[in-house]
Amino acid sequence: MSTEKSVWRRAFEWHEARLPLVSFIDNSVGSKYPAPKNLNYFWNFGSLAGFMLVTMILTGIFLAMNYTPHKDMAFDSVERIMRDVNFGWLIRYMHANGASFFFIVVYIHIFRGLYYGSYKAPREVLWWMGILIFLAMMATAFMGYVLPWGQMSFWGATVITNLFSALPIIGEPIVTFLWGGFGVDNPTLNRFFSLHYLLPFVIVGLVVFHIWALHIPGSNNPLGIEAAPADKIPFHPYYTAKDAFGLGVFLLVYFAIVFWYPNILGDPLNYVVANPLVTPTHIVPEWYFLPFYAILRAIPDKLLGVLAMFGAILVLFVLPWLDTSRVRSANFRPWFRVFFWLFFINGLVLGWCGSQLPEGLPLVLGRVCTFYYFFFFFVIMPVVGWMETPKPLPASISSPVMKAAE
Amino acid sequence: MANMAPAHTPESTGADGETRRDFLLHTTVAFGAVGTAMAVWPLISSMNPAADTLALSTTEFNLGGLQEGQAVTIVWRGKPVFVRYRTPAEIEAARNTPMNDLVEPAKDEDRVKKGKEKYLILVGVCTHLGCIPLGTKAMDARGDFGGWFCPCHGSHYDTSGRIRKGPAPENLKVPPYQFLDDTTVRIG
Ligand code: HEM
Ligand code: FES
Repeated sequence: MSTEKSVWRRAFEWHEARLPLVSFIDNSVGSKYPAPKNLNYFWNFGSLAGFMLVTMILTGIFLAMNYTPHKDMAFDSVERIMRDVNFGWLIRYMHANGASFFFIVVYIHIFRGLYYGSYKAPREVLWWMGILIFLAMMATAFMGYVLPWGQMSFWGATVITNLFSALPIIGEPIVTFLWGGFGVDNPTLNRFFSLHYLLPFVIVGLVVFHIWALHIPGSNNPLGIEAAPADKIPFHPYYTAKDAFGLGVFLLVYFAIVFWYPNILGDPLNYVVANPLVTPTHIVPEWYFLPFYAILRAIPDKLLGVLAMFGAILVLFVLPWLDTSRVRSANFRPWFRVFFWLFFINGLVLGWCGSQLPEGLPLVLGRVCTFYYFFFFFVIMPVVGWMETPKPLPASISSPVMKAAE
Repeated sequence: MANMAPAHTPESTGADGETRRDFLLHTTVAFGAVGTAMAVWPLISSMNPAADTLALSTTEFNLGGLQEGQAVTIVWRGKPVFVRYRTPAEIEAARNTPMNDLVEPAKDEDRVKKGKEKYLILVGVCTHLGCIPLGTKAMDARGDFGGWFCPCHGSHYDTSGRIRKGPAPENLKVPPYQFLDDTTVRIG
């Protein structure tokens, strides 16, 4: 056997010595990134989110080749994509449903973090980057939904931009600034397209910071305890294989919707072209905004409603300091676990309330759930962490397994 | 230069412990910041309404065809304007409302033109989040106060377009308008 390196190997090493691109990837999500060996399937959702981001950017770029951001042409250009452009229907359905699946993935990812205490020291900045990504995603999805210029596009944009008019003094000028006119109109559509194209790349940048911050302490794990080096395995091939399997399962569901129920998550009213003179009787945002919409409507005062809605997301930034428990994983927190699942159900109920007309039961329920939403963060988080006796933590990730084996 | 005073060396310290070098650094940063702000301003400003959008457009409308109790929607600057020919009962209801029943107190007299009290002209945009309230078409729901009802989040307006119930904080706006003759009105 010759010890001589092949010419390809030498060329590769020559290049790596000058720009260590492959080493960089290998260190980030490859064989040089040691990850705890006990990660469960909830840890798949980070890479799934990354996959969805790439899918959205790719399908979006090809949509943009056939889309026209003008109020008189946008709706028709989307219909043309659906009917005449080769595979346009597929690209658009992948993009429209992709937004929904992106949010499903990210919501599970966030709840995973809440349950296993991934926001606690030393991962606060990692958590912040995640919230920034979430905010940027919401802005992107909101502006994307305006682009087809249907009735829901138009009136959703009107209601959401008008939220800013609740601010005293600067409110009205801000809204005019956002619109570039006296209402949602062609200038608004134009800038939304520009920003809708831009923001996903801002998200890519934020993801880089998110992963960077992840690599300082390394991944959390279902036990929430520090993983000793002996309890870690290389990300590649172990988690790349597991992520790939999870991706396959995910794609089955995603494409089942894209192929067989492509409009199930959308509102039929968005197939009616925007009419600035007729408001639909029941305006609802896309499902992923419903819980926050319910919070907005639960409060009868305009300014307070808007503040509560934004506060519902911003509170996540201070969560690491609201939670007084030092135990990360809810598996060891008997009380917190109950309140966590209540919070999860509370979120679903809020979503339902947001989809209903704001009167009668949905309104009352929406108010109760809005109360619990904030109660969970501002009272339960500090008080339970302080009062509860956590179950004993294992000494290491392997120790329970070793004990069982004895 | 032998006679160079210490106060002129870059490292010399002033009264507050700041060296000349610090001062130069701070002024440079300050000028840089102001310069950047000035460079960004045109970009921000370009997003505000353009001159053609701002050019105040006007709309003329003939009220002659309108019957008592009827209302129409006309378009001004791309937005709906409600014109309602009010019945005497509606005018009376608006005038007899005590001021302290109102969220934003305003006399009905100040919301219409003198001698033309029967015509109520309003910008048809809900002051909550910008939906178009119902109440102009004959079959529309008019809310608890007989004026307009916004279905988006449930705001009720009275027969003077004043907010009475629901999340909207202000009365429906009265656009600038004038009567050109007995039945022609120019909005804007
Ligand atoms: C974070 C990533 C993204 C999200 C969450 C997102 C979300 C959305 C949503 C919800 C829609 C409305 C779909 C519909 O109902 O028709 C949309 C439309 C659109 N998006 Fe994106 N998008 C993303 C990235 C991109 C990128 C990178 C581009 C590249 C230019 C793009 C271009 C478009 C175009 C042209 C439309 C209008 C066509 C249509 O309505 O299907 N998107 N987007
Ligand atoms: S927009 Fe009219 S009540 Fe909200």
